[in-house]
Amino acid sequence: MSAGTQFAAAAGAAVALPARIVEPFMYGLQRLLGIKRMPWVFLVPNLTAVVLFALLPVFINIFYSVSGSDRLYPWDRPVVGGANYATLFDCDNFLDPSTCSRDLFWRALGNTLVFVPVQVTAMIVIALLTAICLNRDIRGRGFFRGIFFFPVMLSPVVVALTWQWILQRNGALNGLISSAGLTPVNWLVFPNTAFFWSVFVTVWAHMGFYTIILLAGLQSIPRDVYEAAKMDSATPWRAFTRITLPLLKPVLLVVFILAVIRSVQTFDELYVLTGGGPGSATMLMVQYIYEVGFAAQPRNFGLAAAASLLLGVALLIFTAIQMRISRGGKDD
Amino acid sequence: MRRIMKTTSALALMVAALPVTTALGQEIRVWAGDTGTGGVLFEEMAKSFEEANPGVDVVVEEVSYQTIVESLPVQLEAGEGPDIAIITDLGGLSRFYLDITEYVDADYFEQEWGQTLQWLRGGQQTDAIFGMPTTLTVNGAYVNLTLFEQAGVPVPEEGATWEEWAAAAKQVAEATGTEFAMEMDRSGHRFASLAISYGAEMVDEEGRPVIDDGLRAAIEQFVAWHQDGTMPMDLWGAVGGATHRELFSDFLNANVVFYFGGSWTLRQMDTEVGDLFDWAVVPTPCGPSSCTAMPGGGAMTAFAHTQHPELAGALINHYAQPENLDHYISTEVEIPSASSQIENGVEYPEASERTREALATFTAQIPKMADAAYRFQGWRFQRAMMNSLTTRISQVLNNELDIDAALTRIEEDVNLAIEAAGGQS
Repeated sequence: MSAGTQFAAAAGAAVALPARIVEPFMYGLQRLLGIKRMPWVFLVPNLTAVVLFALLPVFINIFYSVSGSDRLYPWDRPVVGGANYATLFDCDNFLDPSTCSRDLFWRALGNTLVFVPVQVTAMIVIALLTAICLNRDIRGRGFFRGIFFFPVMLSPVVVALTWQWILQRNGALNGLISSAGLTPVNWLVFPNTAFFWSVFVTVWAHMGFYTIILLAGLQSIPRDVYEAAKMDSATPWRAFTRITLPLLKPVLLVVFILAVIRSVQTFDELYVLTGGGPGSATMLMVQYIYEVGFAAQPRNFGLAAAASLLLGVALLIFTAIQMRISRGGKDD
Repeated sequence: MRRIMKTTSALALMVAALPVTTALGQEIRVWAGDTGTGGVLFEEMAKSFEEANPGVDVVVEEVSYQTIVESLPVQLEAGEGPDIAIITDLGGLSRFYLDITEYVDADYFEQEWGQTLQWLRGGQQTDAIFGMPTTLTVNGAYVNLTLFEQAGVPVPEEGATWEEWAAAAKQVAEATGTEFAMEMDRSGHRFASLAISYGAEMVDEEGRPVIDDGLRAAIEQFVAWHQDGTMPMDLWGAVGGATHRELFSDFLNANVVFYFGGSWTLRQMDTEVGDLFDWAVVPTPCGPSSCTAMPGGGAMTAFAHTQHPELAGALINHYAQPENLDHYISTEVEIPSASSQIENGVEYPEASERTREALATFTAQIPKMADAAYRFQGWRFQRAMMNSLTTRISQVLNNELDIDAALTRIEEDVNLAIEAAGGQS
């Protein structure tokens, strides 16, 4: 017997030992519960983790949203019913935040509703274009793939501070503009430019991740399909619209869902870059929840929990629609 | 077999004896922020306390200021955390404090810190002593004297109003090509100095927010300074929410003539500017009502969850002794909070001449502070109002709200905070 075979046998025995110890116990359990219930035994460890770390926090959040006071422990918090929701929805005109009791909640919601479509569209378009470029046989392709992915590895705070340094009044960008003889712009002071840079910075920071996913999708499209199209004199645009996009659809859907969820969750970059300003021009929902629940003194956990649950419900509805659409696509 | 029995018995005895040994050694944990010398001085001063109390171990842990502001309240809420900490949210944490009246020299504490002890009571009607105010910080204005000299504009004298300072600073900025005339930290605490000097009461005796003509006048003036370019939008205009922001670097780089910050940046000024340009801390500008600045500062408090209340109180009493206080204040180059130190003055052997002058100017502002400033500083919902001030004023500067709406919102925000805390103001 060779040394390799001996090692394999020893390793096999070592692996089998715990199984041998557990086996009688599992037989006993099977006799006790019956074969049909046995799968639950194997699911218990994972289910426990899901209940403890996913379901329980959701239920705690629900309780916080219907309870008041600034106390931390649930048993110290009096139940106030729907008072927190009533405070959030106390509005004369939902389209005019200034008529709402919690105007910042509605401003943050409005900003999120504008930010998400703009940012996700920009993200997907730019990531797709980048992936197409990186999929071509260009010089230094590996280097460029690394370069585009690099920002993904940076801490969001580092990203925001770097861009703040670039965009501030005496920042690098204005330095370049001044040296070109042009008038510098105070980018983060005006609502429109601050919003533009908020979208830009978050796209810059995350597009590498989606580019890699799309690149993998592009590489999975068989080359011979393109060769056949080329033989039929199809233009590059026609090949893109008739071959690339349809075959990339499942990957695009995944990217879309991931990008939307990430976009709704945007907080850290903007909190450091603009603090939600100017005024409340770049304050998104998560920042509102953070400010109410953690920055405020005393902390209003109930209102923050109510706002976060509403956000969760909105995401749930969106995901359900997405799943329905994707299922519909498969049926076709 | 006998050997095994012996070993087992010895081990069992050791394990049984463990809690007894631990109980004999009493440990007091103290949290100190990482600013200045951090916990070094407190650790040093605790040695004589440990010598006088054999078996007592004082553990001074140096933690980040952020931990004290954000993590400590959550730990205290959960009944955990250190026995003692040096904190800055004096009124906001009042319900967690231990009453140390019976463990300290109460008359001495009242005599030294009569008014500042009130801050720690957070509006409660009590004579209880909840801790020892360590230092006092004072909001104040830094002025670039070199720019004034270059512009040939006389520096306004003590008693000059905010408007006079703004006009002079603007004149200097225009004459010297300096980017901005005035800047103020984006902080509700700094703004409160302006507001109270304009007559704002901020909070009444019952602990309810006061929205009055003084606050309105201060906001109107503040907005006007942003509109006419006296103040840049970068601080109050460009940032949203309750985010604290400062641009003291503008003053360090001589990009602004007048900067309203506070005494805690003195050390930075001394180190980073030195003799590059001539600067000074000037007496607080006056408003129609007073020439007040906001006081602030830290306090050493013991918490109700401590297992050793008597020791915690005794340790605070030890730190409060005059020789320890003097050593701490002079080494840290801070403004004293004890009245005897304010009256007699403190020696700062390691500070530069300019820093000593600046400290003297800051200290001279203390008697001028309005009652409203002290009341606001000790209010449990001070932070709620300060956060609302920064948020709402930024919205006014960006035309999201007018001043009337902002004032209504500020009142609503604070009332919601009071309601969220169970309605106890």
